[in-house]
Amino acid sequence: MTDKTDIAANADQKSKDAYFTASQGQLIWTRFKKQKSAMVGAWVLVILILSGFFAPFLTPYDPTIDGRDKEYENGAPQIPSFCDDNGCSFRPFIYTYERERSLKTNFRWTTVIDTDKRRYLVFFTQGDEYTILGVKFSTHLFGVDSGKIHLFGTDSTGKDILSRTFHAINTSMAVGTIGVFIAFVLALIIGGLSGYYGGWLDSVIQMVTDAVRTVPAIPLFMALAAFIPSEWSAEARFFFISIILGFIGWPTLARRVRTHLLTERNQEYVLAAQLCGASGGHIIRRHLLPSFTSYIIVDLVISFPYMVLSETALSFIGLGLKDPVNSLGVMLQNVTKADVLLNYQWYFIPVIFFIVLVMAFVFVGDGLRDAADPYADTKK
Amino acid sequence: MNKPLVSVKNLTVTYQIGHSFVGKNTYLNAVNDASISITKGSFYGLVGESGSGKTTLGRAILKAAPISKGSVHYDDGEVSYDLSAISKIELKDYRKRAQLIFQDPYAALSPRMTVRDIIAEPLEVMGITKTREETDKRVREIAQKCRLNLEHLRRFPHAFSGGQRQRISIARALVSGPQFIVADESVAALDVSIQADVLNLLKDIQREMGLTFLFISHDLSVVAHTCDHVAVMYLGRLVETAPTSQLFNSPKHPYTKALFSAIPSLDPDHDSQAQKLEGEIPSPTDPPPGCKFHTRCPFAEGICMTEEPKLEVADGEHEVSCHRWRELFNA
Amino acid sequence: MNKPLISVKDLTVRFHTDEGLITAVDNVSFDIAPGEVLGLVGESGSGKSVTAKSLMQLNAGNTQYDEKSSIILNVDDQEIDVLSLKNDSELRIVRGGAISMIFQEPMASFAPAITIGDQMVEQLLIHSSMTKKEASEFSIEMLERVGIPDASQRFKQYAFEFSGGMRQRAMIAMALSTKPQLLIADEPTTALDVTIQAQVIDLMKDLVSEFGMGILFITHDLGVIAQTADRVAVMYLGNLIETGTVRQVIREPHHPYTLGLLNALPKLDDLEAPLTPVPGDIPSPLERPSGCVFHTRCPQNLGARCETEIPKLLKGAKNRMTACHLVEENGASKS
Repeated sequence: MTDKTDIAANADQKSKDAYFTASQGQLIWTRFKKQKSAMVGAWVLVILILSGFFAPFLTPYDPTIDGRDKEYENGAPQIPSFCDDNGCSFRPFIYTYERERSLKTNFRWTTVIDTDKRRYLVFFTQGDEYTILGVKFSTHLFGVDSGKIHLFGTDSTGKDILSRTFHAINTSMAVGTIGVFIAFVLALIIGGLSGYYGGWLDSVIQMVTDAVRTVPAIPLFMALAAFIPSEWSAEARFFFISIILGFIGWPTLARRVRTHLLTERNQEYVLAAQLCGASGGHIIRRHLLPSFTSYIIVDLVISFPYMVLSETALSFIGLGLKDPVNSLGVMLQNVTKADVLLNYQWYFIPVIFFIVLVMAFVFVGDGLRDAADPYADTKK
Repeated sequence: MNKPLVSVKNLTVTYQIGHSFVGKNTYLNAVNDASISITKGSFYGLVGESGSGKTTLGRAILKAAPISKGSVHYDDGEVSYDLSAISKIELKDYRKRAQLIFQDPYAALSPRMTVRDIIAEPLEVMGITKTREETDKRVREIAQKCRLNLEHLRRFPHAFSGGQRQRISIARALVSGPQFIVADESVAALDVSIQADVLNLLKDIQREMGLTFLFISHDLSVVAHTCDHVAVMYLGRLVETAPTSQLFNSPKHPYTKALFSAIPSLDPDHDSQAQKLEGEIPSPTDPPPGCKFHTRCPFAEGICMTEEPKLEVADGEHEVSCHRWRELFNA
Repeated sequence: MNKPLISVKDLTVRFHTDEGLITAVDNVSFDIAPGEVLGLVGESGSGKSVTAKSLMQLNAGNTQYDEKSSIILNVDDQEIDVLSLKNDSELRIVRGGAISMIFQEPMASFAPAITIGDQMVEQLLIHSSMTKKEASEFSIEMLERVGIPDASQRFKQYAFEFSGGMRQRAMIAMALSTKPQLLIADEPTTALDVTIQAQVIDLMKDLVSEFGMGILFITHDLGVIAQTADRVAVMYLGNLIETGTVRQVIREPHHPYTLGLLNALPKLDDLEAPLTPVPGDIPSPLERPSGCVFHTRCPQNLGARCETEIPKLLKGAKNRMTACHLVEENGASKS
């Protein structure tokens, strides 16, 4: 009996000890894990980001015009099945389709599905070549033994929507990352100078920051984007849009950095360090930076969805990225036609992904903020 | 005759609080013409209510508040510094010799550093120890002196109670081997049952290490028990200073008397006929003319409203700043 | 047979937190007679604030009151079971009406963007049938009554324009304007300078004799209790460990904790006496000791009995109550 109580007491002691020796980061992570919505959001986010990164592997075809399926334009999604009238099989299959036109169809191309000819799904097939991080691969997760498979359907030129969607996630994330990074670096420098030195420097910088913030974003975007020469390559355009987003986004972040610094600077433990003769550099490194790292991470995660939204909005109205660079905004450009709304509803599938991505960011950001906020010490 | 360790003469600390591009700026004299003399090895108490300037005086001695007028001298036999005109190098050395213990045990410790790192920080910043082993040894020595459990050195501040955190603060102040410690309301935030423990620790450390303390507090009973000399401040001015027993047995300033009688007695039948003060403490930004205390003083008369009294010697080390002390309290 | 003004029985309050279910108050029972000042004394973690807030169900949303707990308020020949009141409109009878509360930090209790006058009038309009004009006049009278000069001017000012002591007086005025039967004062003088504290204590003593209300005075300062209270109840880590009249408990404490507390205080009549702290640290509410909660620090720890059995609050001579095994054994051996 004593053994059991000892073990229980030891386990208790261990967990108490773990709590006492846990650093701020570990405490925040523990609190974060307790929030279900945040954890769900985090998993979704990880899955989406990874699928964006590994998009070329996961999807069967090249999302650009090179990978299009001429025989299946505006085609509906093809769901693989295991059984049909002709019997069941272990391997999932889809039906063959062919284009034909004739007098009957008024000489328009129509797609005919032949339910007798099956195309079986194959996994880890060879397909279009792609590069990830400079290394060339050509294996794709799945494909069909003949012809092509389109799980999400195709668009008006025959490009596979599944492939496009996953590549688009990657592009939107990349644009968002660059934008956030630029905004963050600017915010750190400007907000940092403002918060650390205070005084007249702070006042001047604040006035400039406020001025920049009052500029309305969308007209500014439009003006800047309209200036991009159309000769620029897709990649150049891509970087330029990201940079614009960064330059628009810094004021909010800068203000947050400044506020954090102003609060932390007046903490008593900073004064204690100063009274030891610590240099400004030491105080910034050892006290100020660690103190607002957790807050800044929260700010970064929360500003991410705004970047993605901004890029999507820009691309949607045609001022951002253009074909062949894929982003969720570019894909959404096509959904505005009435034709699409009535007949080709699968064009909206990327919208679902977009919403899920942004919501995941929001949940994770909220969860992080709740976890980081109170290192609630029990005060007297 | 012992040279005092810390000698403050006519110290004035002025802060600018209002900025205006046109017209006058508003100034606040947190400390006004204060002079005290702390001998080596003493436990010197500094008492006052809000706006008295006691915290500012303590910080000025540590050069953490500006010395606008007057002088502060530090002389421990090895070195002698004039703090109003101290060079950067000398200041670095001074920081090793004079340290501060804060009031709030929760705000004074960085929540992101382990206790060992917190205590070691002064050693690392001041370059007192060269190797990690040396630092660790020094930290453990001091932690033991402050009765901290050595097992807990790798924990973070959130693991400790208020009293334990205050002991960590004390350890941090002591680790650089100072001669002079300013304890700014160091027990005010602690529970009563713990307060006595920390006070005893401070006195033990003082005895063992031969330190000099400036103990700042608003609690006159705590000060009366622990300090050997007490100075009373009101609205930036020193109103009375004396060895503790003298101050307690024969206070000579109306404010000091009022302070004593304001302390609620543990005896329910105690009838305090001694004066209770009327009115509010004036704002330090708008102090009354003449004697700062005259607006609340039951004995104020003509001269009190126009002329500031000076600090005079009443009896040996007992000094008082009041126009009428002779007629009122000189028994 | 006089009914007590408020009767608390077996109050147990727990909180749902990230770290688990914390017991803040454990089986606390006491009565307050009409017009009596009961001092509730304790240090941090004692649960005195939580107890006070329970009287008006002012605790946070994650509070759990034990089913056996009961708080009965006897006003105007009615018996109100406070813990059974469910929504805000029912609780309104109690909050601000029969019971008023003043807090430690007056700056935190006044809305910063509304004038003091408007707040006082608002309270009167909710709890009485006065017109706005009548309420304004009455509020100014109350401000004068608590010793605020230029009351009609101050009536129109904002909280930040008042000094600490005056804010506290204004809060007392506001709390008393609805003529409550019970005033709960949660550390009302702790944040004040000692000379201002003395003034506020005098004010409260005058008001008690004038208004005849009961007061639950919460503080950690035994000196303040000695000067203001009739009876005192001492709490430690959620348990009520001793009650009695102020003279009884302070002059002759029975419980080792009360004795330790009194010994730890610096006394002005004996400056040479050493300060004797209570050994150890107050345990965190997450780690409440088994048996008697004080046993980990008690110099008179009896061993097994104190470590395993929770002492009951037993009546001793002259209506004193103490929860201590040692006291119980001594009392038994005496009789």
